[in-house]
Amino acid sequence: MSKNLELLTAPLRKANPVTVLILGICSALAVTAKLKPALVMALSVTVVIALSNLVISLLRKGIPSKIRIIVQLIVIATLVILVDQFLKAFVYDVSKQLSVFVGLIITNCIVMGRLEAFAMANGPWESLLDGIGNGLGYGIILVIVAFFRELFGSGTLLGFQIIPEGLYNFGYMNNGLMILPPMALIIVGVIMWLQKPEEDKK
Amino acid sequence: MKDRYIFFYITVLTVIVAALLSAAALVLQPFQEANVNNEKMMNILQAANVNIEEGANVQDLFNKDCVKMMLVNGKGEVVEETTENYQKFAAFTMNLKDELYKRDNGQDFVLPVIVINNGKENVNVLPLQGAGLWGPIWGYIGMTSNFQNVVGVVFDHKSETPGLGAEITTDKFRSQFQGKTIFSNGEFVSVDVVKGGVAKLSADLQKHSVDAISGGTITSQGVNNMIENVLGSYLPYIEKQ
Repeated sequence: MSKNLELLTAPLRKANPVTVLILGICSALAVTAKLKPALVMALSVTVVIALSNLVISLLRKGIPSKIRIIVQLIVIATLVILVDQFLKAFVYDVSKQLSVFVGLIITNCIVMGRLEAFAMANGPWESLLDGIGNGLGYGIILVIVAFFRELFGSGTLLGFQIIPEGLYNFGYMNNGLMILPPMALIIVGVIMWLQKPEEDKK
Repeated sequence: MKDRYIFFYITVLTVIVAALLSAAALVLQPFQEANVNNEKMMNILQAANVNIEEGANVQDLFNKDCVKMMLVNGKGEVVEETTENYQKFAAFTMNLKDELYKRDNGQDFVLPVIVINNGKENVNVLPLQGAGLWGPIWGYIGMTSNFQNVVGVVFDHKSETPGLGAEITTDKFRSQFQGKTIFSNGEFVSVDVVKGGVAKLSADLQKHSVDAISGGTITSQGVNNMIENVLGSYLPYIEKQ
């Protein structure tokens, strides 16, 4: 049981796919200017990793090893297209903001990495947990980055004004740099910097 | 035997996946189309300065406020018009880009005019289509019934830079267009997007100029050219009003 819990929690910090394994950085820069798209992206990636991990784990004994990467890609691509179609049908405005990045989950290294490294060798239940854990590990970084970028870049959170109007009268200004991609890289860097000493202690 | 298994495996997998995706596409398509149409209607209503309440049914509102839709040709004649079933009419569904392409190649073309009543007046809403810095930009412009003044504009873009060119979608940029004129002493001048501050221009020029976006020069020029280019092709029709 504790081993299963470990599968779920390890990717949140010490085996975080973004800050420790440095995977999925590209989309972490692209969709984190606002909190809402970041949340939807985090959820979409979690769904895709968890389900593709589960499917591949169920199929793992039958997959011919010569074409296993192709099979993995087919499973990922199918799930991503389904997620994209759902977003377009039910949360149209967010899907417009995410634009191509939902489709690009297919090429997100985290997904394929987990399939190849974990789901091909472990049972369905463990794989599902591992998928959820890694999806959340990716998501938590996205949300942290988006929180700071939206707060300081636009003065809002989830579209609600947080920085009081009065402050602007005293000359406070939203930081335009926060909205641009380089700032996401800097915030991810700061998170890694804060996380590193804790890791070295072990 | 092994190869045969691989071939069999991948064939079955592909067929299953194809069936699954087709089913999903069929089931979700009506929802997706409704979303696209709703956005279009919303934009048209915004360009006509219709007051849209939060959570209002856009389609009902559109059907109530739309007076008529027309297709006009390059000579300014009305080719076709309708007062019902707006969402199926060519003026709503057509691709403006194709018509502009035909125009540029000297072929016959038609352009849509959508008349919306915003509670105070009838507004002619015209679609816009042009090029920004990174990709296409488009929108709608609402004109008073005699085509003298701008009532409102809506812009959207595919991939302009966030915080710079993408600012064309903000209320701050859009609201500048309200009340501007596109004619000066009977000559078509469009609405110019100018750098360096409209406030410094002469009163006469101020009437058809708006401030560009700092840092978004090429997108601003794109908006400028788009309005001039598209409104220019409506001139034969406008002159008859």
